[in-house]
Amino acid sequence: MNAKGPIMSTPTSSSASKSSDTAAVTAADQFPAGLRVLVVDDDPTCLVILERMLRACLYEVTKCKRAEVALSLLRGNKNGFDIVLSDVHMPDMDGFKLLEHIGLEMDLPVIMMSADDGKDVVMKGVTHGACDYLIKPVRIEALKNIWQHVVRKRKNDGKDPDQSGGGDEGDQQLKGSDDADYSSSANECKSTKKRRDQEDEDAEDRDDSSSLKRPRVVWSVELHQQFMAAVNNLGIDKAVPKKILEIMNVPGLTRENVASHLQKYRLYLRRVSGVSQPQNNLNSSFISPYESAYNASSINGIDLQTISAHSLAKLQAGLGRSTAKVGVPMPLVEQKNLFSFENSKLRFGEGQLQHMSSNKPMNLLHGIPTNMEPKQFAHWHQSTQSLGNLNMRFNASAAQRNPFLMQMNHSQPRGQMLGENTGSHITRFPSSLVQPSGPNGISNGAIENGITDTNNITPQRSSLLSFPMNQTTDISASSFPLRSTPGISNITTKGMFHEEVTLGTKGSGGFFPSYDIFNELHQKSHDWDPTNSGLTYDASQHTNPLQGSFDVLPSILGHQDFSSAQQTAENRDTTLIGKGMVSMGDSMNLGNLQNVGQHHLNTSLIDNSARVKAEKFPDPSSQNNLFLEQYGQDDLLSELLKQQEGIGVGPIENEFDFDGYSMDNIPV
Amino acid sequence: MDRNHSHRHLAAMKQSLFDQGLLDEQFIQLEELQDDANPNFVEEIVTLYYRDSSRLISNIDQALKERNSMDFNKLDTLMHQFKGSSSSIGAKKVKAECNLFREYCMAGNAEGCIRSFQQLKKEYAALKKKLEAYFQFARQSGPSETACRPK
Repeated sequence: MNAKGPIMSTPTSSSASKSSDTAAVTAADQFPAGLRVLVVDDDPTCLVILERMLRACLYEVTKCKRAEVALSLLRGNKNGFDIVLSDVHMPDMDGFKLLEHIGLEMDLPVIMMSADDGKDVVMKGVTHGACDYLIKPVRIEALKNIWQHVVRKRKNDGKDPDQSGGGDEGDQQLKGSDDADYSSSANECKSTKKRRDQEDEDAEDRDDSSSLKRPRVVWSVELHQQFMAAVNNLGIDKAVPKKILEIMNVPGLTRENVASHLQKYRLYLRRVSGVSQPQNNLNSSFISPYESAYNASSINGIDLQTISAHSLAKLQAGLGRSTAKVGVPMPLVEQKNLFSFENSKLRFGEGQLQHMSSNKPMNLLHGIPTNMEPKQFAHWHQSTQSLGNLNMRFNASAAQRNPFLMQMNHSQPRGQMLGENTGSHITRFPSSLVQPSGPNGISNGAIENGITDTNNITPQRSSLLSFPMNQTTDISASSFPLRSTPGISNITTKGMFHEEVTLGTKGSGGFFPSYDIFNELHQKSHDWDPTNSGLTYDASQHTNPLQGSFDVLPSILGHQDFSSAQQTAENRDTTLIGKGMVSMGDSMNLGNLQNVGQHHLNTSLIDNSARVKAEKFPDPSSQNNLFLEQYGQDDLLSELLKQQEGIGVGPIENEFDFDGYSMDNIPV
Repeated sequence: MDRNHSHRHLAAMKQSLFDQGLLDEQFIQLEELQDDANPNFVEEIVTLYYRDSSRLISNIDQALKERNSMDFNKLDTLMHQFKGSSSSIGAKKVKAECNLFREYCMAGNAEGCIRSFQQLKKEYAALKKKLEAYFQFARQSGPSETACRPK
């Protein structure tokens, strides 16, 4: 063992310095010897061979035939392993699902293995956040280096995960993430997991077109649209960060930012396409009115993402009318709900909306797709039922995507916790997440209601949505969409006022999780933007904006971690709000919104949202879902916290900054 | 001398397996994992492989019986597993047959699947025999070649 000293010294020191990982620290001197590996494979022959090979590398090996057993081992001993190797095809659980669980719950580096070397499968590994992908038969040489993933992850995490906008961290993380992402083959370690939220996001997105230390890059609606355009231009398969960056041609944007955003987006897409939950039961009730509206605009779901800014506007429009089946409806719905509910209350105020639109207008949009939204949207599409679907989907997707989220709701009142712990921002969220009652803001209550209603599945989600996050005025800063858009939050509460509204808020929450990462970064403030547009839409949308949004939100919220939720919530709210706003238009200060969103949101949103959404969502949701799941509770918290912080940082983030975003209002 | 001779013979046996395309590089990987602490590692693995894969073989056989309503997806899944297993011990020809089978599967060619599987079973059995002989001889020859080099 010690023989490895020299070699190990390097990693050792890094790992030792990290000190965050106990195992590594203790075995620092011998690193990578003693690395605690958990290998999961249903094939006994492969399992024994791998075990033997890993032992030959001087690792400490635990082998496991079943994914469930592996998970319980990991859960039972959270710090007992450094890295996991898992087969892709297993009878009891899909390897990717296990990967997501691990990412969400334990945030350990996971390496996938398979005899299948098809591009699709490998890509799946990447999008699900695997650190690496090994083709079977695995050679010992391939195993000799797996320690690098551990170090890398630690390095990235060690930066100070909770640091939302830390300067130094940013640099380091950036580097780390860089390395992580690009240096190793399909090394997605850092991005996929929570880590991504915290660090990567920070690290990568931090580069907000300026120094690394800056707060994360805020993927505003416009920016996201540019991104989407670039991706579509290249084709999703060929969309590589470098090229996307070139096409986007945004000064100050780094490849890492794009890469991280792309990853999220892909997860979102994955989620969206994969998620089609039949939550309809709840949603249907809500959605019905909205559905009709949404049906027309399947885009809604999608739009949220892409459009963020636009979408909101569009969504709203769509929501009002067409019940975007897809994700879009939600935004609108939410917006509507939100707005209708409290149009006046919305703090949005024109200013806010404007902000939102400008900065992150589409946080919702962007974010959503990434984390939750995409899924949600996807759902929407699928449900076509307009809101009803959305809601359900959200729940479903949210639930699916984010097992964690669900967990959150169930297991812990994370929402609450968050709220309580994290502070205003977060608390909001938790409450929403956890319970409907969340004082956090109305949203919680609202959301919950909304969510529960709509989403049987995830009452929790709603909590997420409810976003306590934004309840407080802080929201503005926070990524929570809900928050950010004070208006939104208000809206949500308002809109949600009965459930519909919550959806919106919740929806966003739901979505966000996956998207949180994205959203967090930028969304924070922008969530509202979309809403702005939404608001502008006009009251006509009313019809079910609330409903629609409602549905959507819950799921969205559900998914996202808190942080994401926040963002998403925000984002979503924005979008939703936008939509809702639109519908609410009359009640709400559409006028205001209109003004605000108009320039920003309206144009973009409307145009894009309608169109974009449709497309976007399906994809993003998948991604979002992923995100959500990855988030896990802890992540959410951290995310939230981060967001909160981040949000605070950038005024823009909370363009909406509704402050007035008190979720409390949400009557749900 | 005897030992050397038998070791050489063993080496020749192994070489012939490679030459015939029955084994590939992966087998060497397994051999490299063999040491004093794990002196019979390769044989143990191969034994494990044959024991476990026989289960898969019978499952595939069973699935192939449904001539009229062949479940190609299931067959493909089973074969994927079998392929993974076979490749892990370096069974080159068997692995190639697996690929062929999967092609027929994807094409929905039931006859092709059946024929291909017959061939696969043949290769599988042939390899088993040869490896059994090889290991038996290796045991008789004494410690592994690596441990005992001709002087």
